Amino acid sequence: MAVALHKAVILMLGVLCLPACSTVEPWVKPYEREYLADEIMRFERNPVSSAYMIHVYQAREGARGAEGGHGGGCGCN
Amino acid sequence: MVQKAAMVGAVAVINIRKPLLAGFCLLCSVLPTVAGVLPDDRADALYHSYDGGGVEITGPSVLVLKNVGQSFAVSGNYYVDSISSASIDVVTTASPYSEKRTEYSLGADYIHGNSIMSASYTNSDEDDYSANTASFGISMDMFGNMTTVTMGYARGWDVVGNNNDPDFSEDVDRQNYTVGLTQVISKKILMELNYEAITDEGYLNNPYRSVRYLDPTSSLGYSYEPEVYPNTRTSNAVSVRGLYYLPYRASTYAEYRFFTDTWGIRAHNVKLAYIHPLSGGWLLEGHYRYYTQNAADFYSDLFPRSDSQNFLSRDKELSTFHNNTLGFSVSWDFVKNGWNWIDRGSINLSYDHIWFNYDDFRDLRDTSAPVGDEPLYKFSADVAQLFVSIWF
Repeated sequence: MAVALHKAVILMLGVLCLPACSTVEPWVKPYEREYLADEIMRFERNPVSSAYMIHVYQAREGARGAEGGHGGGCGCN
Repeated sequence: MVQKAAMVGAVAVINIRKPLLAGFCLLCSVLPTVAGVLPDDRADALYHSYDGGGVEITGPSVLVLKNVGQSFAVSGNYYVDSISSASIDVVTTASPYSEKRTEYSLGADYIHGNSIMSASYTNSDEDDYSANTASFGISMDMFGNMTTVTMGYARGWDVVGNNNDPDFSEDVDRQNYTVGLTQVISKKILMELNYEAITDEGYLNNPYRSVRYLDPTSSLGYSYEPEVYPNTRTSNAVSVRGLYYLPYRASTYAEYRFFTDTWGIRAHNVKLAYIHPLSGGWLLEGHYRYYTQNAADFYSDLFPRSDSQNFLSRDKELSTFHNNTLGFSVSWDFVKNGWNWIDRGSINLSYDHIWFNYDDFRDLRDTSAPVGDEPLYKFSADVAQLFVSIWF
């Protein structure tokens, strides 16, 4: 348990350091994200509905996890 | 009566074996955090209905999400499953029952620069099972907001009870690790990768469910004995999904997930969707999903004799099966440009039909067939959702 938590903390700290490497130039400029900003390009348009369907499947299937919904977007808001 | 009591929670546990996971995912999904931007203030009220395989489940789900100041957002979710069950397990070994599961979730987001930190707590309760989950996550925008990286950790504590034995109490500890990456590929393509590892430790089987084994001394030709599961399970799942903006105003969605665990289950699922807005604030979606899995190493529909191996299961969720889902949803914005304190409001209807086909789980209602040669079980389910969303 302690080891698992330790690993999780190290991973999270690693992520926090990632922007230090961010010299990559965005190839889709902020003013080019009109399509990406459209609501039809959202992975989680209806979070309560998505959560319910995940529950429906998890209760009846052996598989679980990696359903998404943990965030992310196009950075265009 | 004893048999009925024994099954009062049996399929309940089938449904509640995963409340923690559902709760965790529910809250994670309830907070569709876009790194660098806190979620919009919104409230959702949903009524859900599931009807299939002799099981009816209905109930509400209410979400409220509100920003507090410039840096914080808080959210709360209330969810209920009201279950009435006469499933295949119940009708072959006991009597129908009904019960209720209630789940509460509270969450908070804190934004700092391009990062959002989230914490949440979920509690799920029913007669013979309670689950508590605490989770923490971080989401970061980077590379000119082209990339969003998310990481999460959740810890769950479940207590398994038994309606036939007030002294029965067993624990389950769960841990979830998630990593996600969302990437802008082009002006019209968005992709997301997700990985999740889950470990369970404790009492993982169902205190009511039985397995069947060949028994020449029984009039049926078989008898039942309690199932026995391992005390640990570790699973890994990885998924990729993408959205593509079509040459006209519509989008397509594709998803694939691969799953494997230490019980020997391997599963795949794919989903395809088409999303099409219409004038007047209408939004239509049609989708198809396919899921397939092989059985756990210790699953059998009919064991050769009593106590034939260390671990025993006849849970159809652990059998070899596949399912197909066809669904659609319709959404209409009844407030588009603001009205009083409401910025936007929509009403949504969603319907899915799921066909389940089992390859090694037999329908024991047919008592005329030879033992072990009964017809394979299959059923279909109707899943409906009606909900209102308000942004304010």
